[in-house]
Amino acid sequence: MPEPLKFTYDINGENFASAGEASMQIKKELRSLGFAPETIRRVSIAMYEGEINMVIHAGGGVAEVLVCPEKIEITLTDHGPGIPDIDLAMQEGYSTAPDAIRSIGFGAGMGLPNMKKYTDEMIIESEVQKGTKVFMRVDVK
Amino acid sequence: MTVNELASALKLRVVTMPEPDTVVEGGYAGDLLSWVMGNATQGCAWMTIMTNRNIVAVAQLIDMACVIITEGSDIPEDVVQLAEKQGINILATDQPTYETCVRVSSLI
Repeated sequence: MPEPLKFTYDINGENFASAGEASMQIKKELRSLGFAPETIRRVSIAMYEGEINMVIHAGGGVAEVLVCPEKIEITLTDHGPGIPDIDLAMQEGYSTAPDAIRSIGFGAGMGLPNMKKYTDEMIIESEVQKGTKVFMRVDVK
Repeated sequence: MTVNELASALKLRVVTMPEPDTVVEGGYAGDLLSWVMGNATQGCAWMTIMTNRNIVAVAQLIDMACVIITEGSDIPEDVVQLAEKQGINILATDQPTYETCVRVSSLI
């Protein structure tokens, strides 16, 4: 793999049932590229949580995944309502997800904490009423 | 113990079992999907009452051995089809989650 590989996925915000398809797809790509199971697991879980967040809160968005031999970088961009208080949103258990989402098992306030837990670096840039960009890096060990 | 052996030993209903020979290495119980994503371990049998499509993604991303739907929860046909396509084993029982965990634990 001499050149970094780039994968881009449109995350459909209309269809909650299909959320997770991009993560499952990237998992397959990484597996066929021969990455270690633990690396694949970390990337795909972090990306899944991000995908779910974009569907719940932002009406969808775009996920870009840059795959290098030594690291995998995920950038999630949406044009949703933004996050007014990032520190608060990062707290385990804090959630603004609506009841309909909670009833299917999401909205536990663990999405962003999980994304941080499973990555080596996570940077959130957000502007209220403009959107949010989440950058995550997983180092290949 | 494999998923197939676990299903027979506990007389679990086989909803779909595309990977019968996967080894069950542990167990996890929970219904909050992100919580499960953060804490469940690879190769586990996951006991839950949740039956929406997202359980397939969670099981697939964590590399679980199988999902055991407890308390007789109804499983929609599209979820069964998705699980089959993604290679996710789904078993089911009318027993409550706690009793199911105890029985699984006695075998693995």
